Amino acid sequence: MALFEGLADRLQNAFKKLKGKGKLDESDVSEAMREVRMALLEADVNFKVVKDFVNKVKEKSIGKEVLESLTPGQQVIKIVNDELTELMGGAQAKINLAPKPPTVVMLVGLQGAGKTTTVGKLANLLRKQGRRPLLVAGDIYRPAAIKQLEVLGRQLDIPVFAMGDKQSPVDIAKGALESAQSKGLDLVIIDTAGRLHINEELMDELKNIKAAVNPHEILLVVDAMTGQDAVTVADSFNKELEIDGVILTKLDGDTRGGAALSVKAVTGKPIKFAGMGEKLDALEPFHPDRMASRILGMGDVLSLIEKAQANIDQEQAEKLQKKLRTADFNLEDFLDQMQQMKKLGPLEQILGMIPGLGGKKLKELKDQIDEKEMAHIEAIIKSMTTEERRNPEIIKGSRRKRIAQGSGTKVQDVNKLLKQFEQTREMFKQFAGMEKKMKKGGGLKLPFFK
Amino acid sequence: MGFFSKLKEGLTKTSQNFVEKIETLVTGRKHIDEELYEELEEILIQADVGVNTSMELVEAVRKKVRERKVEDPAELKDILQEEISAILDEGKSPLNLIEGLTVIVVVGVNGVGKTTTIGKLANWLKEEGRKVLLAAGDTFRAAAIDQLEIWSNRAGVEVIKHNEGADPAAVAYDAVQAAKARKVDCLIVDTAGRLHTKTNLMEELKKVKRVIERELPGAPHEVLLVLDATTGQNAVSQAKLFGEAAGVTGIALTKLDGTAKGGVVISIKRELNVPVKFIGVGEGMDDLREFDSRDFAQALFG
Ligand SMILES: Nc1nc2c(ncn2[C@@H]2O[C@H](COP(=O)(O)OP(=O)(O)O)[C@@H](O)[C@H]2O)c(=O)[nH]1
Ligand SMILES: [Mg+2]
Repeated sequence: MALFEGLADRLQNAFKKLKGKGKLDESDVSEAMREVRMALLEADVNFKVVKDFVNKVKEKSIGKEVLESLTPGQQVIKIVNDELTELMGGAQAKINLAPKPPTVVMLVGLQGAGKTTTVGKLANLLRKQGRRPLLVAGDIYRPAAIKQLEVLGRQLDIPVFAMGDKQSPVDIAKGALESAQSKGLDLVIIDTAGRLHINEELMDELKNIKAAVNPHEILLVVDAMTGQDAVTVADSFNKELEIDGVILTKLDGDTRGGAALSVKAVTGKPIKFAGMGEKLDALEPFHPDRMASRILGMGDVLSLIEKAQANIDQEQAEKLQKKLRTADFNLEDFLDQMQQMKKLGPLEQILGMIPGLGGKKLKELKDQIDEKEMAHIEAIIKSMTTEERRNPEIIKGSRRKRIAQGSGTKVQDVNKLLKQFEQTREMFKQFAGMEKKMKKGGGLKLPFFK
Repeated sequence: MGFFSKLKEGLTKTSQNFVEKIETLVTGRKHIDEELYEELEEILIQADVGVNTSMELVEAVRKKVRERKVEDPAELKDILQEEISAILDEGKSPLNLIEGLTVIVVVGVNGVGKTTTIGKLANWLKEEGRKVLLAAGDTFRAAAIDQLEIWSNRAGVEVIKHNEGADPAAVAYDAVQAAKARKVDCLIVDTAGRLHTKTNLMEELKKVKRVIERELPGAPHEVLLVLDATTGQNAVSQAKLFGEAAGVTGIALTKLDGTAKGGVVISIKRELNVPVKFIGVGEGMDDLREFDSRDFAQALFG
């Protein structure tokens, strides 16, 4: 699936021509949207859903200001991701509870989606939340489906209601409701046979069960690996039964899971839970935001963007802070930071970690970042050997000349950088005292500021 | 929710079946234009052919149209079908049935229809006059053994089983011994559904295969990967990883009685050269067909 790995790169490429950071213009956005479209289609998002989505995002992107901490490519990715997350909806791992117990939940879906196992998992999950469930063996068609549910019930030590395969599922459901009432169980979960959405007879059967026991919650179970047909299936089940939500199964595999978006888009109903494995505790609340980045196939890029926006990774921050305190901070760290900065601009966070450098001051400093100088500095540091970067003290006359040549700069530039770096490090050393200095308005001069 | 309602409206339009769609596509037009190619690509993508393969197929059609100086839009359909069956091989890929004992291992992810397909296949082979034995190699899923037993009764064949939780390789070992002793023609080994990304479970599968190889040199003669036609592009990953672990020799494409088209098998054939051998068109014993690339291509496009 090299396509996905390449999406971030290709988006960056699509924006190469865009100089500086201005507004996103139509042709750039169109080019980027072509890549987004491909990625979504390869992720199995339904064709029609992709088309509408891309059009919508395109409209939103054109003319949009590029955030300072982002490249134009990242800006588009961010818009795409935000829209996708919004479309996926908020987290809703809740089951509608009946005002008067028992709560009746019915699971429906195609053959092989994972309904029976999910009945067990859901019961297990809700039992942990204090419910007393009864499992109902309503699949009278598939060989050994009743037995399967009975085995699950035994494994979980949860009662199972079954009437064999000679009674109608409607009667079974009714019987189960009565049984739950008499036993004081407050949650009834009905397993139903897998069926095709185009099988009228079997769809009628579900409607009849619905009419007979009035489920508080009808959940459509959908295999996360489903392709383009997910919209047809979800739309049919929803139209016939008015589902309340969706459970996505088999998400523990390597599918991009575009069906999630298709199903959400076509039914408007929330995806509530995700099946993450075969074990009976492998049912988790569904995370719409994670799903969005999974579908896009750019989890890494997205998390970078997030970091740029929120705060730098905690562990990394701590490491850096420690380095700053001990003045163990060398040109290698310096370069690291710069490269990161180029990607996502966490300078703000780095500066933000320095005591006394908050709010307005920070903004001022940020506005002063000189991009060109940064490029110079990077070139200079890159022309140094590892040894030199780790021990800047050893960079004397001849080395400075070599470095200047290698980086296409002047010896003066190298001198300047080293001096600035030394000052910076010195300042970091006196970390504690810095706060006062800053308050007095003493300039903190990092080399990549104007 | 303007987006949802707009989308719904669009979907009602697209939920016409493919026959209708392709008909409107080609009959409503006087000449072949860019829009027509785009619509062709859309139809392929919506049949789960995948965006890359769809684009390449349309490109191939475009080339043929140029070469043959085709002007009638109605001919596009035929050209496209030609291209698709060329990828999928002309005609049928028969099961590799040898003189003596043929061993068939059936693999796939959870719920695709392995056990059901085995039931149908057992019936089909038996009706061809072969002596069939089944091995209940899914010792993991609750009641999977019972399910296979019910199918064996329906088909009137015997089954070798251990208890739930037993080592599937041990079941395979016993089954091969029994097949040899009972002079069976075809042994079909069921396996537990597993996601192709779970390395430990794929190792388990390799072990089953190794045991069969060791007990009967040259076996298994077929490793059938069961694919659910509803599955999207992930089927390529399934075919690849099951292929690496178990040496898949053919595909059984199930649930074609729904509205899904299973177009992803075109990409699988192209990329991994694994042919489709059977299709499943229902839950009954007789709902198994030999795969025919022409029919398949036609079903995609009416
Ligand atoms: N409609 C339809 N359902 C099928 C087909 N093949 C299998 N199934 C159903 O899919 C579900 C899962 O099948 P099963 O054989 O248990 O899958 P396994 O987990 O791979 O062994 C069952 O309900 C089967 O009846 C088919 O070709 N068409
Ligand atoms: Mg099975």
